[in-house]
Amino acid sequence: MSDVSVKLSDAAIRRRQLSEFWFYFSRNKGAVVGLVIFLLMVLTALFADWIAPHNPTVQFRDALLVPPAWQEGGRPEFLLGTDPVGRDILSRLIKGSQYSLFIGIVVVSIALVGGVIIGLVAGFFGGWIDALIMRIMDVILAFPSLLLALVLVAVLGPGLTNAMIAIAIVYQPHFARLTRAAVMAEQRREYVSAARVAGAGNMRLMFLTILPNCVAPLIVQATLSFSSAVLDAAALGFLGMGAQPPAPEWGTMLAEAREFISRAWWVATFPGLAILIAVLAINLMGDGLRDALDPKLKRS
Amino acid sequence: MTLLSRGLVAASAIALSAAATPVMAKTFIYCSEASPEGFDPAPYTAGSTFDASAHPVYNRLTEFKKGTTEVEPGLAESWEVSEDGTVYTFKLRPGVKWHSNDKFTPTRDLNADDVVFSFERQADANHPWNQYISGLSYEYYNSMDMPKLVKSVEKVDDLTVKVTLNQPEAPFLANVAMPFMSIVSKEYADALEAAGTKEDLNNAPIGTGPFKFVAYQKDAVIRYQKNPDYWGTAPLIDDLVFAITPDAAVRLQKLKAGECHLMPYPAPADIEAIKADSNLKLDEQAGLNVGYLAYNTTVAPFDNPKVRKALNMAINKQAIVDAVFQGAAEPAKNPIPPTMWSYNDAIQDDPYDPEAAKAALAEAGVQNLEMEIWAMPVQRPYMPNARRTAELMQEDLSKAGVQASIVSYEWGEYLSKSMDPGRAGAVILGWTGDNGDPDNFLSVLLSCASAGEGGANRAFWCNQEFSDLLQKAKTTADQAERTKLYEQAQVIFKEQAPWFTIAHSTQYVPMRQNVTGFVMSPLGDYTFETVDITE
Amino acid sequence: MFRFILSRLLYLVPTFIGITIIAFSFPRFLEGDPVLLMAGERGVSPERHAELSAQLGYDQPLVVQYFDFLGRLLHGDLGTSLVTKKPVLAEFLSLFPATVELGLVAILLAVLLGVPIGVIAAIKRGSWFDQLSMTGALVGFSMPIFWWGLLLIIFFSGYLGWTPVSGRISLMYFFPNVTGFMLIDSLISGQDGAFVSALRHLILPSIVLATIPLAVIARQTRSAMLEVMSEDYVRTARAKGMPRRRVIGVHALRNALIPVVTTIGLQIGVLLAGAILTETIFSWPGIGKWMIDSISRRDYPVVQSGLLLIAGVVMVVNLLVDLTYGLINPRIRHR
Repeated sequence: MSDVSVKLSDAAIRRRQLSEFWFYFSRNKGAVVGLVIFLLMVLTALFADWIAPHNPTVQFRDALLVPPAWQEGGRPEFLLGTDPVGRDILSRLIKGSQYSLFIGIVVVSIALVGGVIIGLVAGFFGGWIDALIMRIMDVILAFPSLLLALVLVAVLGPGLTNAMIAIAIVYQPHFARLTRAAVMAEQRREYVSAARVAGAGNMRLMFLTILPNCVAPLIVQATLSFSSAVLDAAALGFLGMGAQPPAPEWGTMLAEAREFISRAWWVATFPGLAILIAVLAINLMGDGLRDALDPKLKRS
Repeated sequence: MTLLSRGLVAASAIALSAAATPVMAKTFIYCSEASPEGFDPAPYTAGSTFDASAHPVYNRLTEFKKGTTEVEPGLAESWEVSEDGTVYTFKLRPGVKWHSNDKFTPTRDLNADDVVFSFERQADANHPWNQYISGLSYEYYNSMDMPKLVKSVEKVDDLTVKVTLNQPEAPFLANVAMPFMSIVSKEYADALEAAGTKEDLNNAPIGTGPFKFVAYQKDAVIRYQKNPDYWGTAPLIDDLVFAITPDAAVRLQKLKAGECHLMPYPAPADIEAIKADSNLKLDEQAGLNVGYLAYNTTVAPFDNPKVRKALNMAINKQAIVDAVFQGAAEPAKNPIPPTMWSYNDAIQDDPYDPEAAKAALAEAGVQNLEMEIWAMPVQRPYMPNARRTAELMQEDLSKAGVQASIVSYEWGEYLSKSMDPGRAGAVILGWTGDNGDPDNFLSVLLSCASAGEGGANRAFWCNQEFSDLLQKAKTTADQAERTKLYEQAQVIFKEQAPWFTIAHSTQYVPMRQNVTGFVMSPLGDYTFETVDITE
Repeated sequence: MFRFILSRLLYLVPTFIGITIIAFSFPRFLEGDPVLLMAGERGVSPERHAELSAQLGYDQPLVVQYFDFLGRLLHGDLGTSLVTKKPVLAEFLSLFPATVELGLVAILLAVLLGVPIGVIAAIKRGSWFDQLSMTGALVGFSMPIFWWGLLLIIFFSGYLGWTPVSGRISLMYFFPNVTGFMLIDSLISGQDGAFVSALRHLILPSIVLATIPLAVIARQTRSAMLEVMSEDYVRTARAKGMPRRRVIGVHALRNALIPVVTTIGLQIGVLLAGAILTETIFSWPGIGKWMIDSISRRDYPVVQSGLLLIAGVVMVVNLLVDLTYGLINPRIRHR
């Protein structure tokens, strides 16, 4: 960057960075497919109430466990069939996309903000504060994440909100560690010393000078956490500790459908497939992001 | 199927090489639904624990006649009841042999000492065997009111035991037939005490029952062997194996694959598929249970029987039976199941009529009613899915202009919060009978005495007339007389409607085609001394 | 080297203390009352309730209970299950081999398939094999394994009847429990077909449990290989005319495996988390299912000590990975 002789405005630099990012990102076809699916999911979630053919909570008492439309006995108005109390599965899946996106966003936001602050503090101040914080993070990481989340949810009480909090707590050390490592690496750089000499305060140094330079790995970690959050929330729902029925959360739907698995394959198959597709799309996107943001892999 | 027969060949090959056992050992595999908590029946309450301990390994003074709730002689050959109904004299069966294992060989047959021991260790908190493992509690002994009821248990001679009660109690003989009153060997206990391994009473049981305990691998397998010296009819199978499989879907898959011969509690959703499978057959029987929605009858407007009646009319019972029980239940109109003696079939159920319900509510001066429906978080034999039930009720009630919201808590909280007299909502819960006596339903669930703290009357319904009828029936020995009293009590129940009675769920037992001789128990017990496998 | 090991051990002490605090305190805040759960629908009188709670030692202040917990821990006493009334340690030891066996077979599966797939994909970068296997790996990485397990049971055990549905071995076999590892015990027993039966029972659960680690290892191996192959010394070796196979086998693979070993070590936590779901689905009698059951029954002593034991296992495995890493990569040692 320093050897660019023409002085560029900030906006121009940003525009160039962005187009460079898009160049590398779009070279990864999978990432583009993932992005498209993800955007479709976002649209579905935003307009769920308009898209869904039925109200996801209405029970059609004359249509219990109707198979998908293409199967014998299926009915065209229920494209993916109905569940044991006669609710349209497609509509529930569409509504469920809101839950999954919401879970991902909330979990990542909490874990990211919490982890970044903790990591910044640890990395910036060092010494015993760092040691203490990092030991606490080690303790959290010593437990298998799902198990710790399970116990946390059991403590807080089963439910979607608590499940999200639990998962965020379990994820936050990853962000903290990343931030801390980046801060420690950046702190030795010239521009930080320069800013310090120029009289920047601790807060300013932490958030405005150092943080923007550690964004890339955080974004990659955030995408990864997003998909894991969707998976783990579904797993908690499946174990009865996540969102509570009748909420059309995909994992919860799967848990409710478990008893019908040999009789009505569609009640159990579609929610699982929805989880898989959503998580896959986000992971594809994450791969592309990493390729575009991580300069080391960019070369290879 | 193939796997099983191949396994059988393998098993017999092993048997041959081991020499001692007969040529073709018959192994019966039962896919049980839960791990036993332990093998001493007295401190536990779960049916799955009794299926693994009390029924195969032990006997009791009296027993329930197979397939019924009638009491018949067990280890007691006969008994006499004193005129005033407070003294029971049991004559023990002579020559009943105790099991043996590699650490213990009995030197004597069953005698009165064993019976006295089995009572006293539960009754007396200072008995050396009361806390043979720290933290034991004898829930059934307590909840059946035995501490209040039993005055003394005495040995008269080696084969005679006298039990004195504080008051006459008609269901006493049925209580004694319950799993918690299993007779354990005093000689074995003494031997364990001497060896310093008291906890083995719970790990390696010695009983008089049709099967000997062989081994237990935690959460996986329990093995039993036929007891050749059994005092009753000897079992037809040689080995009994419990394959612990908590998930109903997996259990059914195992049964279909021939990995087991019989399973309990199929998912209601699978019943049709089981019926259609030519390798399987299905026994069914009305269960001895009831699922209900209990209003809080002490809180307005639910203190008004007219309001409760109106709400009962607003809920479509048949829809619940169809959608939640998948048809595997009988809509309930009484608090006791139809298979129980004294069931009053003359009673008319409230019809499903949303319009009439609306009108009745208006007449009672109730408008824009908002209420809570409590749905328990777990599956029980009387209620496969409370939440789904609550969702259906919510829909139905909205049609009658009642706004219902669904509430749930963690199971332990649910049980305790639902007994809070200030509770606002109506609670979904149920009951499975312990001993087949109507008193075990009506007194426990609906009497004034159980409406207070520590009781189980979650409607807090206290009707003096109703409770008096129950009390009278309890101290009456004549069953015809008791039947009349209970029938009358059910009429009062229906008029007052403290509950919306939901359903009596049907009990299904799927098994392989080649299984014969299984007898379903109305009490939900799974016993295998009469089963056989034909090939 | 000794100093290195010692420093790592000392480093673990505060972490371990932290683990005991979490393991002790979290379960104590669980909502729900084991006494009420035991009583069920029938209810329990207040006097009896107080009596039972006192019997369980829950009327003491929390700090006292914690130091009591630590004190007993030092004596190797991990408490007694409220439900089964058996020592928690004994229960853990009787179930742990089942989890270890499943985990080992799964990780073996993941390594034996994942490493070659990753290597081939890296060598044939951009080929159909690379694209297919990496897409497959990403699908595996995104798999909700609880759903995956159900599908496999329905298809392979239910529909095709190829694999047993659940359990560790056909119940027709009965032999003493020597090591707790069914594969080994079945061999020791010498019974015909027992080993094969134990193996057959492992197929589906280990596939399910291996799915995510397999995907991670394959991807990690591929990118490590690509990275190493672009390093100067590999390029030099190739430029010098060393045969391609030799370059890959000797130089690239060995160096690429270092990060892969770490990845495998890190998978232990993933594996244990996966074991919770896998064991639940396959009724596998291991510690994952045991923890779930204990949480739902509010069996505090089991949840407390179970958490402690599991975290302890993770810690020890991480330490071993750390040490191995120090061995194969001496630079780390002197950091």
